Amino acid sequence: MSADPNSARLVVPDPHIATAHMKVSHAHWAVHQFGKASRETVLKVAEAVARAGHAKAGHYADWAVRETGFGVVEHKKIKNELSTLPLLDYYRDLDLVSPRVLPDEKMVELPKAAGVVFAIIPATNPIATLYYKAMLAILSRNAIVFSPHPAARECSVDAAKMLAEAAEAAGAPAGLIQCIEHPSVPLVQEIMASDKIAVIMATGGGPMVRAAYSSGNPALGVGPGNAVAYVDPSAKVDAAAKRLVDSKSFDNSVLCTNESVVLTLDSNRGNMERALRSAGAHLCNEADTDKLREYLFTDKGLNVAAVGKSAAWIAEKAGIRVSPSVRILVPVITAPGQDDTLFREKLCPVLTLAAAVDFQQAMTIAAQIMRRGGGHSAAFHGEAPDRLLQFSNALPVYRVVVNAPCSQGAAGFATHLPPSFMIGTGFAGRSSVGENVGPQHLVHWTRIAYNSDASVPFDQFDMSVLDSKSPATPKQSHAQYTAPSALPDTDRDKLRQLILEELKGLTGGHK
Amino acid sequence: MFSYGLFSFDSKDDLLKKSAEYWNPGKVQFWSDAGTPMVIDRREEYFLHDMSGKRLIDLHLNGGTYNFGHRNAELVETLKSALDYFDIGNHWFPSVARTAFAEKLIQTAPHMQFAIFGAGGAEAVDIALKTARYVTQRKKIVSILKGYHGHSGLSVATGDERFSKIFLSDRPDEFLNVPFNDPDALEQVLKNGDVAAFIIETIPATYGFPMPDDDYLRECHRICRKYGTLLISDEVQTGLLRTGVMWGWQGYGIQPDIMVCGKGLGGGIYPICACLVTKECGGWLTEDGAAHISTTGGAELGCVVGHKVIEMLERPEIISNVHFISEFFASAMQEMMARHSDIFVGVRQRGVVMGLEFDHPEGAVAVSRALYENGVWAIFSSLDKRVLQFKPGVMLGVDVCQEIMARFDAAMPRARQLMKTMRAVA
Repeated sequence: MSADPNSARLVVPDPHIATAHMKVSHAHWAVHQFGKASRETVLKVAEAVARAGHAKAGHYADWAVRETGFGVVEHKKIKNELSTLPLLDYYRDLDLVSPRVLPDEKMVELPKAAGVVFAIIPATNPIATLYYKAMLAILSRNAIVFSPHPAARECSVDAAKMLAEAAEAAGAPAGLIQCIEHPSVPLVQEIMASDKIAVIMATGGGPMVRAAYSSGNPALGVGPGNAVAYVDPSAKVDAAAKRLVDSKSFDNSVLCTNESVVLTLDSNRGNMERALRSAGAHLCNEADTDKLREYLFTDKGLNVAAVGKSAAWIAEKAGIRVSPSVRILVPVITAPGQDDTLFREKLCPVLTLAAAVDFQQAMTIAAQIMRRGGGHSAAFHGEAPDRLLQFSNALPVYRVVVNAPCSQGAAGFATHLPPSFMIGTGFAGRSSVGENVGPQHLVHWTRIAYNSDASVPFDQFDMSVLDSKSPATPKQSHAQYTAPSALPDTDRDKLRQLILEELKGLTGGHK
Repeated sequence: MFSYGLFSFDSKDDLLKKSAEYWNPGKVQFWSDAGTPMVIDRREEYFLHDMSGKRLIDLHLNGGTYNFGHRNAELVETLKSALDYFDIGNHWFPSVARTAFAEKLIQTAPHMQFAIFGAGGAEAVDIALKTARYVTQRKKIVSILKGYHGHSGLSVATGDERFSKIFLSDRPDEFLNVPFNDPDALEQVLKNGDVAAFIIETIPATYGFPMPDDDYLRECHRICRKYGTLLISDEVQTGLLRTGVMWGWQGYGIQPDIMVCGKGLGGGIYPICACLVTKECGGWLTEDGAAHISTTGGAELGCVVGHKVIEMLERPEIISNVHFISEFFASAMQEMMARHSDIFVGVRQRGVVMGLEFDHPEGAVAVSRALYENGVWAIFSSLDKRVLQFKPGVMLGVDVCQEIMARFDAAMPRARQLMKTMRAVA
């Protein structure tokens, strides 16, 4: 018997695992109903959830920072907000509900929701990820069960409950949005492997993503980033430096899209250092760089205590004297060897500066650095389209953000990329998806394909036969079911403008 | 060859032959004649596997014994952990498992004070009836016609004479019956003031789950109080969330003086039952605590399992699941009735307690057989063979529910054919 007289004398099974299975089963009942919901219902529920999430964005930003110790409240608030109404606006016209009739191709496409989505919530970015994945699930008529990182358990459980209530009030079935209340490694492993799970959305550390892919279930897992920002001599160096500092300090750099390394040419290094300094960076001398390296990287890898902390906090721990208003720390690698640990992903406002002798070498160094964080994102600052193309072609990344902050740009918030908190790292990052994940990734289509021979006729379709509830509803014109025409660019621009306005304060008003 | 280590049988036929020889020829013959000669071999979740290899979805659940399905993993793990520490214990002494379980049960019905344990529902009914006699110092017990409360000495006397006369155990002078849903009839027999208790299943199972009228149970309770008769709720089939709430009576606005539960309380893996009594009814436990004793009653292993059963039933996910299942079958059965209105004429339902009515005196026997042939096991009501007992478990998922309905639909033509044959014979 255990020496501890208070330890349990019976080893009863963990009820939380059984409860998690029940949640999955519950989610299946929800899909049974919501999987047939009309587009009107889907948008109504999505709108209600987006509004509820938006209203509480600050509340949960504060809670997440308090509970996890990662990041910056006002930045998290922005991210939380972006995952609600702006995200809905972006996808509002992407119809994943209505059948499509394609007379030219003699095809009809019927959407089929995945079913139950099992979604992993990371500690660094809990609420924005939770909001975002919930919105994707709703827009694609799936049910979602969240598994929060234990360090972000309380805020995640509460936020999921809040979204679920909003969804139900808008007509969604119970069980559409649920959260595991007592996550543990065995629990997550068991649920990930459950044949009741349609797809896993894995965000988090590498091992978690690998576990998702090893589960035997379909998974959308995205790997870690390690973004290199190349500043070409053609760049407006002050604007570039400002973007870099703004981006790097955003939410204390817990996003996987945050720049990890800024790379320039030797000829431009002095300029760059000066510009970074005036944008609020502390440039480290050789001794400071060594201290920082020693503090940030232990035998076991990145010192997790530093994750999501402010530059001043990290400087103090590392024993570096800095101005209290410092926004980021910039260690400088004068002789960039490939193995310097400061070239790894840091998840804190530490941006490594290195310089290459020429552009060719810069691409080589960048590609080497990007071997960690492959498939993710890089940034290019400058006005040299030839070099931009060469840089993008050489690097194992699926996004190159140009003259914009990478942390937001790669996530679709300062570029025209789809807004996302799941940045597909594709084959280069051992992932099944290489683009920014959206609701379309949670739907597959049944394609009714007619004989292509012109002598075999295509049919007219009355889609109301699919509506089991009201077969007697008046016949709809087919126009309703044809493929939605592309959204006019003017509308899209308006939306982007709205989104960008939210980002303005953050990115310093440029762009 | 079916080898089970300790014993083996050459074939299913070999088993049936020996079963008739050494165990119960009547039952072996009955199921063979009924066309449902099941010998359950493997079992898991809501699936039974006959020795022939045929798989059946279990909607009989032995009256809710398998509420959580067969060998529910969490319950099995719980029992295994209990076996590492406990055995059935010694009924004479206070015990940790028994005390904790008693407290847990009382928390589900806070107007009760004591939990008295037995090994099976009939024993719990006997405890309830003895308790009522002790409290009232009256002997007579009233139950409903076609009621059913078990097969032990007192419980069998409350039920249909089919089960008592054969053993000369009917006692018409002490055990009276009144028609169901007829409060006036109850008042007629209570008004002499010599009846100890009125015992009733909240929804009478063996009678095919006829639904109590809106105010029936409340009215019965009022009449009982008026004449000093105790109300005993038999919750063996209606308890444990099967009507959507923990105990069936909670949904009918009454608080019985005594309540009986069994079957599912042991999760289908360890037999245990309980009789819950109010403080007013529990006097004998102080006067002579050993007045009723039971070596296996309240076995500690059963108490651990029962404790877990109650804890599981309190989870919001399961409560919500029951509501989903109920809604699903409510609408699916309406659809099914519309498709087969010539034979399928009615649905009685409260939660996952369901009785399906067929338009033939033995219609449910035919449907039971047709379903069996189509991979679903559901039993007819012994005391009203027009009605099929249809009892989905509380953990069923949407996939299996849909499969059940697909099989049900497929079974209807065969049921129709069987009913016609039966008509011709009749």
